[in-house]
Amino acid sequence: MNFEDTPQEAAFRAEARAFLSANAQPKTDTAPHQETEAEYILRAKAWQKLKADHGWACLSYPSEYGGRGATSMENIIWGQEEGKFDVPVGPYAIGLGMCGPTMIAYAGEEHLKERIPRMVEGVDIWCQLFSEPGAGSDLANLRTRCERDGDDWIINGQKIWTSGAHFCDWGILVTRSDPTAAKHKGLTFFFLDMKSPGVEIRPIKQISGDSNFNEVYFTDVRIPDHQRLGAVGDGWKVSLTTLMNERLAVGDAGGADAPHLLELAQRIMIDGEPAIKSRAVREKLATWHCEKAGLRNTKYRVMSALSQGKTPGPENSITKVVSASKLQDVSSFAIDLMDMGGVMLGREGQEELDGKLFHGSFLGAPGMRIAGGTDEILRNIIAERVLGLPQDVRVDKGIPFNEVEQGN
Amino acid sequence: MNFEFSDEQNLLREQAQRFLSEQSPLSTVRAVLDDADVSCDKALWQAICDLGWTGVTVPESYGGLGMGYLELCVLAEELGRSLAPTPFASSVYLATEALIRFGSEAQKQKWLPGLASGEVVGTVAVAEGRGAPQADALAAFYANGTITGTKLPVPDGDVADIAIVVAKDGAGISLCLVELQGDGVTRSVVANLDPTRSQACVEMTGASAEVLGAGGSGWAQLQELFNRAAVLFAFEQVGGAQASLDMAKEYALGRYAFGRSIASFQAIKHKLADMYIATTLARSNCYYGAWALAEDAPDLALAAATARVSATKAFHECSKENIQTHGGMGFTWEFDCHMYYRRAKALSVNLGSLSSWEDRLVNALESRIAKEA
Ligand SMILES: Cc1cc2nc3c(=O)[nH]c(=O)nc-3n(C[C@H](O)[C@H](O)[C@H](O)COP(=O)(O)OP(=O)(O)OC[C@H]3O[C@@H](n4cnc5c(N)ncnc54)[C@H](O)[C@@H]3O)c2cc1C
Repeated sequence: MNFEDTPQEAAFRAEARAFLSANAQPKTDTAPHQETEAEYILRAKAWQKLKADHGWACLSYPSEYGGRGATSMENIIWGQEEGKFDVPVGPYAIGLGMCGPTMIAYAGEEHLKERIPRMVEGVDIWCQLFSEPGAGSDLANLRTRCERDGDDWIINGQKIWTSGAHFCDWGILVTRSDPTAAKHKGLTFFFLDMKSPGVEIRPIKQISGDSNFNEVYFTDVRIPDHQRLGAVGDGWKVSLTTLMNERLAVGDAGGADAPHLLELAQRIMIDGEPAIKSRAVREKLATWHCEKAGLRNTKYRVMSALSQGKTPGPENSITKVVSASKLQDVSSFAIDLMDMGGVMLGREGQEELDGKLFHGSFLGAPGMRIAGGTDEILRNIIAERVLGLPQDVRVDKGIPFNEVEQGN
Repeated sequence: MNFEFSDEQNLLREQAQRFLSEQSPLSTVRAVLDDADVSCDKALWQAICDLGWTGVTVPESYGGLGMGYLELCVLAEELGRSLAPTPFASSVYLATEALIRFGSEAQKQKWLPGLASGEVVGTVAVAEGRGAPQADALAAFYANGTITGTKLPVPDGDVADIAIVVAKDGAGISLCLVELQGDGVTRSVVANLDPTRSQACVEMTGASAEVLGAGGSGWAQLQELFNRAAVLFAFEQVGGAQASLDMAKEYALGRYAFGRSIASFQAIKHKLADMYIATTLARSNCYYGAWALAEDAPDLALAAATARVSATKAFHECSKENIQTHGGMGFTWEFDCHMYYRRAKALSVNLGSLSSWEDRLVNALESRIAKEA
């Protein structure tokens, strides 16, 4: 066992580090950027462009579309190094992590030449139009309609929870082409210009008060047939490509974690002593440290397999389930630790930094436990795909979609 | 980066699995459980010694195989999985290790060959009744070549030939080597939660003893010893957790209720998913601990406590939920579930409680931060 890079990996890491330290600032614990969303997006676009100009954008994409054809290991090394710097990457996560790979798998050469370089350079930001009011965990239950009209398709219906739709330029969309077929059979997949006539975007306010996702309404929206991905009726298969990439893209929840709690516990007093002296606090810290270290060490195992050209095992499937709940539990406990004062955001300085971190994580964590597969769905996946247990009973199996019972 | 065991180490694992499934099936474990007069399986112990496992980390110059700690971790996981009823942990992870680390040259020459071949069985005696042992509260004391005091419980104390006894020594604390068959030592088996690993009361009245190495810093030595052993115990615990999960899965798939396999009920699926999550976190932490142990890494104390805490929790969770998955059958003496449940709890206190290891873990985090500052 060793944790050293191979000579090639070390050279790649050094190159990545050199680019990053020349062009970005390392992460610090100082106050987060004070900026509007529009300013944030501009900053993200500038960073994406700079990366693309120097060959550091979308490492795993083929080089003819602006990528670098890098190995999974190089991709991970880049992620590790970029993660140490204060750079804005959020707006591109869905587009580059999920929409891009779906396009590369299914779109024609002309579309790829036209769309992917713009994506890589950060000119276009993409979103994922999958979930609907009646179709979340059970995505295939979606009912947004597509109907053929000459060389076009006409779209009517509604999507929901579409992250970033309000600032996105393009989107990938899954719709129902045949309501008389069984649920998974009658779906068809497209990509579309978010500025198309008939697309209406309404922001949704989250529990934090922010608005990162939206309802998206489609009224007689026209999409040319050449923007279809996969065959008519094969939309489920295409969706699975996106979802597979989603599982790779969504990882650690980030935010408040054991080290932040430890640091807080050294400052907060309980019974005239720093809280860190309390056995109860230590027990919690140990628990969350074990989870954090366990995820890090699990990632090392995956990297180790990749580094040796092997296929990693299924271990990484635990990452989001563990980290999202940890985020919720750590932030909740930290607020408790601050006692009566925990409820307030805090006075300017350290207090406010703590407040922003722990309140922000507390209000963000419930979303992490839902987005990209809920805790329950992920446990199902571990049970079925990793442990090989039977699938859930499906009462709608094989029944034409338009005859399946629907609730609220 | 290479964070997996090597091909040779995996080969050793396969051999160990094959050997233990033949020589230490659960019926062997059960035979020890069922017979109150038997503390361990002597034939199995002899077979293990014949394979040289007892001398894996002992240098060749003292009659061992001189292999590394990663090999010992591999064996520990398999011994844990099979619940092998032998004094391996006490003798190899603790007593042998104490001699390797702290013994004088003469002591090593005298004892290591026997420990390596398994002819000599060793153990470490720390506890003096209930509650966490404390340096300043120890009653056992050493003076002028003799030791007096009562150690209770001493893991495998009834079958061991020598014990490394933690005792007061003037102003300090020393690790003292005591021959348990000598004069002034009385031993008795004590009833315990996991009869497949025996526990004894060892009373010493003026028994002859010699201090291990220089002496005087026995408490610090004990902590070091425990940190190293924690990684190996954690591997046994992960092996046990995995076995409990596998057993629960097998049973759930074959048991039907309401016209379907109980493994198709979400309450059971999610339970097993949680067992998988706990075991995976623990296993990954164990791998890191194995690396830290093999390399004598500066953060061994943190790595060991992390492996130990997660493995203790994983084995507890998996062994208790394995019983739950079996329903009433799981609660019967005849079903094997309780052997894991018992072992999980015994291992979790054998080397100090969960809470004491959580405390050590945070100590290690604090000293890392202090060092960085
Ligand atoms: C922050 C955030 C960002 C998002 N961004 C996007 C996006 O960009 N694009 C997009 O398309 N979607 C997005 N989503 C939607 C997300 O994928 C869905 O919310 C999620 O899949 C759950 O669907 P739902 O909200 O309809 O809940 P439901 O599916 O109705 O689930 C409700 C509850 O029932 C449980 N449940 C459902 N089915 C089962 C089952 N089979 N077994 C056990 N329990 C079950 C769930 O676990 C949950 O607890 C986002 C969501 C969030 C929170």
